[in-house]
Amino acid sequence: MEGKHIISAVVENRSGVLAHIAGLFASRGFNIDSLAVGETEMPDYSRITVVVRGDDTILEQVRKQLGKLISVIRVTELSGTDHVERDLMLIKVSAPAGKRSEILEVTEVFRGNVVDISPKHIMIEISGPEQKVEAFIELMRPYGIREMVRTGRVAMMRGGENASKRRQKPQEE
Amino acid sequence: MERTGAKILFEVLRQEGVEVLFGYPGGSVIPIFDALHDEPDIRFVLTRHEQGAGHAADGYARASGRPGVCIATSGPGATNLTTALATANFDSVPMVAITGQVKTHLIGNDAFQEADTTGITRPITKHNILVKDVDELAHCLKAAFHIATTGRPGPVLVDIPVDVTTSTSDKPVDADVRLPGYRPHTEGNMRQIKLAAEAVNQAQRPVIYAGGGIIIAEASDLLRQLAEKANIPVTTTLLGLGCFPETSPLSLRMLGMHGTAYANYAVMESDLLIAIGARFDDRITGDIAKFAPDARIIHVDIDPSSISKNIKVHIPVVGDARKVLEKLLPLVKFAERRDWFARIDAWKKKNPLTYGPEGLRPQYVIEQIDALSPDDTVICTEVGQNQMWAAQFYRFTQPRTFLSSGGLGTMGYGFPAAIGAQIACPGRTVVDVAGDGSIQMNIQEMATAVQNELPVNVCILNNGYLGMVRQWQELFYNRRYAGTPLPGNPDFVKLAEAYGAVGLRVTDRTDVADALKEAFGSPKTCVIDFVVEPEENVFPMVPAGEAINRMIGGMS
Repeated sequence: MEGKHIISAVVENRSGVLAHIAGLFASRGFNIDSLAVGETEMPDYSRITVVVRGDDTILEQVRKQLGKLISVIRVTELSGTDHVERDLMLIKVSAPAGKRSEILEVTEVFRGNVVDISPKHIMIEISGPEQKVEAFIELMRPYGIREMVRTGRVAMMRGGENASKRRQKPQEE
Repeated sequence: MERTGAKILFEVLRQEGVEVLFGYPGGSVIPIFDALHDEPDIRFVLTRHEQGAGHAADGYARASGRPGVCIATSGPGATNLTTALATANFDSVPMVAITGQVKTHLIGNDAFQEADTTGITRPITKHNILVKDVDELAHCLKAAFHIATTGRPGPVLVDIPVDVTTSTSDKPVDADVRLPGYRPHTEGNMRQIKLAAEAVNQAQRPVIYAGGGIIIAEASDLLRQLAEKANIPVTTTLLGLGCFPETSPLSLRMLGMHGTAYANYAVMESDLLIAIGARFDDRITGDIAKFAPDARIIHVDIDPSSISKNIKVHIPVVGDARKVLEKLLPLVKFAERRDWFARIDAWKKKNPLTYGPEGLRPQYVIEQIDALSPDDTVICTEVGQNQMWAAQFYRFTQPRTFLSSGGLGTMGYGFPAAIGAQIACPGRTVVDVAGDGSIQMNIQEMATAVQNELPVNVCILNNGYLGMVRQWQELFYNRRYAGTPLPGNPDFVKLAEAYGAVGLRVTDRTDVADALKEAFGSPKTCVIDFVVEPEENVFPMVPAGEAINRMIGGMS
């Protein structure tokens, strides 16, 4: 089934690992929508969250090829699980005096934060699931989006299970 | 005890039982070479190009089963190794490559002879490590050997800045290797193996498709027992040649683009394909959509990412070939399958491998090499027509006797690999089957062979062309031979003699046997220039994108 899949990988916190993973995706021709990387609760390990586009065959290859890398400790596919996703965006919108209050109202509905204000622009911080962020972008478009930056999705499984401990088994077991 | 990084390197090499080191010195590795001077138990083989060192370490590893070790300096030394690393990576060869690097504080500063070695080699090595702290050097090296030799083997590169080799550490070499991200699955799931056994016992038209993984796992004897116990014909890939004796009546020999017609027909008509230690490469499958249309597929492989990568697999078994075959063998039963073998015999009679009658045919040279050399001869090849004729016309009966760059297809591989193989197998006959194009790619290694008194026999199938490409141009591009004629070839006999080797030329079919006998009996490095039919083709051939039962040439 073609679609977007979220993969979370726990990797060694060493220079070159991110380059290795990016290189792997490039050389195998996998389509990445976003890639977020940061520290975890374990100082020696980072977590990389990748959103990959493709069908089940591609997804299986992505999981297996990532798992093959020595610096990758665990690979978990989150798409099929009960999980929480967030994407954080900073967006700078044209906001001349007459339009400002509308923009601020929409921002409040979306529970966003105004983080910067200048004579002609407002910078807003929005975080949430992808649909929420996309919806806000569409609402801001008519005003004029000056600049936009997104972190890409990060995700975590609900409940007590720890994704970093959850082992991905080889295909046939 | 405080000792330098260079000394620690040799401590680890000794612990790992390394006996031979191939390489070429340079500024960033002088401290290592200085430490080498005090190491009487490690034989250093100086090649004449780092690529030669890499391929020699590769040949050593394939012939012996032990990891090959090579060393090069930073910058151009390391970049010269890349082809050899990619070659080893593609064919799963255990190798540890040590490269020098500029001083740690100069990295990233465009220093003299600096290259981003780990960046450049990342996609072509199983793993690589830049060691920035001498206290970590021992663990990095131990880890490198562990990774290179376990699971699906491969080349591992350790990049060592020159100041790390001169700094000192008193940390002992810890025998334990801690790699939380690396746990190869070798056992094989018993439930899957039972399913596989059931499928085998019910199959009417089974075929075993065996690859290099059998040889890596040292499972040739078990494969033979399986084939004989269950009465199943066996075909091998290029890298699997030698894992099953080609003299056995069960052997279908090699399959694929230039495989035998009967192997290809058998696979296409099979109802069960048992793939062990092979990866369904495009040279084997031809048009994937049409490959083995009626067959259920069992795939035994130690690398889970190879399973169901190209083709849907019905019964996957992740594991080491040896361990899986040990568990499978007691569960399979003999079945006569008389009709299946009758069909196979008919195919064998109707379409054996053939070639034209007169003249000095390269296929004839290979057959004579087969006839006149001992069974445990190591045949190395270059790439192209020479490689395919060697695969087709030499009958392999033992593992680790066929060394060839299968995945990457590297011209210039065979000669340095033969050097490595001869060092691994002193006393055995080693042959490099070459073309006039390929042999010139690492010809400088003649000095290495002669200096080390290696009686390697280089058999050049000299047709004055880049043969395989010329063949494609003849068959598919209207004989437009662009870039394929090779004028200006040296006189190979004089060239051999210039290096201090023996040079022989054969222009007549009747002189082939004598030249080979002379070379095989000589303790010196020998080069035989066989001036063969210039436009001979490798047949049968599966054209690119065709199903493998649609072969051209050499068919009746």
